[in-house]
Amino acid sequence: MNVPAIELKGITKTFGNVVANKNVNLVVNRGEILSILGENGSGKTTLMNMISGIYYPDAGSILIDGEEVVIRSPKDAFDYKIGMIHQHFKLVNVFSAAENIVLGLREKSFNLKQATREVQKICDQYGFDVDPSKKIYEMSVSEKQTVEILKVLYRGADILILDEPTAVLTPQETEKLFAVLRRMRDDGKAIIIITHKLHEVLSLSDKVSVLRKGEYIGTVVTAETDEESLTEMMVGKKISLNIDRSEPQDSVDRLIVRGLDFYNEEGVKVLDDISFTARSGEILGIAGIAGSGQKELLEIIAGLLKPQGGDILYENPETGEREDLGSKTPLEIRNMGIRLSFVPEDRLGMGLVGNMDITDNMMLRSYSKGKGFFLNRKDPQKLAEQIIDNLEVVTPGTSTPVRRLSGGNVQKVLVGREIAAMPTVFMAAYPVRGLDINSSYTIYNLLNQQKEHGVAVIFVGEDLDVLMELCDRIMVISSGIVTDIVDGRKAKKEELGILMTMGEDKEEEEGKEDK
Amino acid sequence: MHQKTKHVREPLFHIVKRDAIPNWQSIMIRVIAVALALLVNGIVILAVTGENPINLYITMFDGAIGTSRRFWSLMQNIAILLCLSLAVTPAFSMRFWNIGAEGQALIGGFATAFMMIRFGESLPTAVLIPVLLIVSMLAGAIWGVIPAIFKALWNTNETLFTLMMNYIAIQLVSYFTYVFSVPKGSGQIGIINRSSRAGWLPIVNGNSYLVNILIVAVLTILVYIYLRFSKHGYEIEVVGQSEDTARYIGLDVRKVIIRTMLLSGAICGLAGFLLVSGTDHTITRDTVAGRGFTAIVVSWMAHFNPFYMILTSFLICFLEKGAVEIATVYGLNDSFSDIITGVIIFFIIGSEFFINYAVKRNHARGEVQA
Repeated sequence: MNVPAIELKGITKTFGNVVANKNVNLVVNRGEILSILGENGSGKTTLMNMISGIYYPDAGSILIDGEEVVIRSPKDAFDYKIGMIHQHFKLVNVFSAAENIVLGLREKSFNLKQATREVQKICDQYGFDVDPSKKIYEMSVSEKQTVEILKVLYRGADILILDEPTAVLTPQETEKLFAVLRRMRDDGKAIIIITHKLHEVLSLSDKVSVLRKGEYIGTVVTAETDEESLTEMMVGKKISLNIDRSEPQDSVDRLIVRGLDFYNEEGVKVLDDISFTARSGEILGIAGIAGSGQKELLEIIAGLLKPQGGDILYENPETGEREDLGSKTPLEIRNMGIRLSFVPEDRLGMGLVGNMDITDNMMLRSYSKGKGFFLNRKDPQKLAEQIIDNLEVVTPGTSTPVRRLSGGNVQKVLVGREIAAMPTVFMAAYPVRGLDINSSYTIYNLLNQQKEHGVAVIFVGEDLDVLMELCDRIMVISSGIVTDIVDGRKAKKEELGILMTMGEDKEEEEGKEDK
Repeated sequence: MHQKTKHVREPLFHIVKRDAIPNWQSIMIRVIAVALALLVNGIVILAVTGENPINLYITMFDGAIGTSRRFWSLMQNIAILLCLSLAVTPAFSMRFWNIGAEGQALIGGFATAFMMIRFGESLPTAVLIPVLLIVSMLAGAIWGVIPAIFKALWNTNETLFTLMMNYIAIQLVSYFTYVFSVPKGSGQIGIINRSSRAGWLPIVNGNSYLVNILIVAVLTILVYIYLRFSKHGYEIEVVGQSEDTARYIGLDVRKVIIRTMLLSGAICGLAGFLLVSGTDHTITRDTVAGRGFTAIVVSWMAHFNPFYMILTSFLICFLEKGAVEIATVYGLNDSFSDIITGVIIFFIIGSEFFINYAVKRNHARGEVQA
């Protein structure tokens, strides 16, 4: 009988009244990949943080190689050869890969050359593709992730935990990572991967443990399960995973963007000659690796940032005139009678004010209406009640600060407010990030409704499967360049993946030409 | 064997963030904090002076509210401190760290004194007082808006800037106390318009402090309404909570910063006016006496709520008066009264930690295995 590499028994952790983990049991053997599946907020990361010494459990025990242990700090975890690769990288930008890898090791002296050699050895062993002397700031997201993995391997970790490792990767990079993980498994390492993407679970792992709202639901062998039954375990009931896509009706040009250039505060070119047209009654998807300029593009259209070049033209359906929005502020756009709604990526830091209650958040965009010196809270109050009813927002009342709501309910409040403004253009950046499956589908339905009402919808997404199911057209941006605009009904995932990285090559080519 | 020693290392307790706790519980925590502070102070008093702590506390009450005169003097002190706290609150709600209330109030007081000296004989009091009010608020507003303009246009650090403006105000007042000193060269202005009482706030109902107290009472309500129910107050809140949100809704952040600091400075100027025209009838570089800084503590402890500030400013003034009394009656020096107030404020601020976090004892190992 082989002894599990790591075993959790009855782990419980609470934060105030919130039970993050309740009586969770897990077993991972050596030479095995375990997926921890659960929706956002189901307690996956909390659980892993307890193994890696960031949190301390309220109850329960952790066994390593059959021995009960106490893990109080990340250093303790490291002593038990547990290595965690976090969602957010913790690397020093101006250091090279090798320097980052040896950083923080408490050895009396170290030899960087020797370290570089050892890092190279690990790379060769598992098939990592990274240059140890390359500086972090020159690296792509996937290379940075590789460095994080190398860092824990170099420290001798043989239990690896990866928190949502594919969130920032293209399909091709994901495949590469999976290949490396499989090789590590075959080498006898125990690997835990946190994810909420079903197809990844099925293609990579040997076993799946499912968490729902902090509770341990069960563990199944991957080969004996399928997408539907996993969803059911995760959500607690059967749900259909289909998005209806209607044919666009009476589609006309609504927003025309031409040759948009934008440099950020550091003078880096973020957007390079972006041109596209958003049409009424249609969902235009924007695909791309995070940070390819999507955020800036939407903020420019909304009037929050000023582009250095290019035009944003709006075909006004009421007057039939073409209006220039290029140099307008959000206030000026609104005063022109143009109803442009925007659901930004940062919901609580931009779209809403976390410490304000739902009513006060309702009037963020409209409070200045009317002459008086005092606020009118009556209409926002009504709107708040309406949205809570229509979108089934779970909240104690309208006077609850929005930061107390769960992610899905926060987003319903924000999207509800933006829809209530009766927009002609509706922009949403990563509107389902961090949402559970039910809330995600509510949001997709709302976007579809807007489209059917003749709104020009612009949807920045990260899940390619969803983009291909929801959008009429998909524009792919890579390094601030539009690499192509494809038909959403015919698009292939591999094709989108290639388009998502094509901008980098173009950039390099241009760089070479300059020399 | 190795594993066994690890068991011993389990921490005894750990800290957990609380959800919002019911009001009565947070009040209880504060009451316990004050009780503990009194206990610790009692030990300190006993150890250092050998006096009976209970007698000392009785002396404290006596010093703060023992006689009608002391009571009204306490009320007057609360009024000024509260006025300054109300002044810094809009700025602090906006996350603009105005630590220049001291200078803004002093310059307002100086403007009042200057006008009283210049126009004390030429203008009738009925005209002079409104003039003083306007000029003092204007002076405070200017002192407050200079750092705001720099912050809005060039993003300078308002904390340092407002602090430096304090020193300028203090030096200006020092200089002019020489220029206007009576008798010449004494370096002191003395009571202004002693015989004519020109520009002095009137005595109502035989009480020279009542006008001050009433003005601040009305101001408390006004500031509450402004912050809670006006569009300006809403904008202040948005800018303070998140500049990104302010940008998102197209709010002109610069305008809000400048407007709010005009208001904050003006209320400080008003406090200066109340000090000079209402109570002191003179000006020195120490007229504000550090209350511009204490006001920050008052405002913060009250979570920027004007009505709670009545309580926090009462607490601080009460402690100060009481502690001074102890020092005089028992022949202890001023530093000792500072120790007593320091300990109490430490416990009150420390209690905030226990309102936001819970300390939990860890489970015994036996329970877990069971």
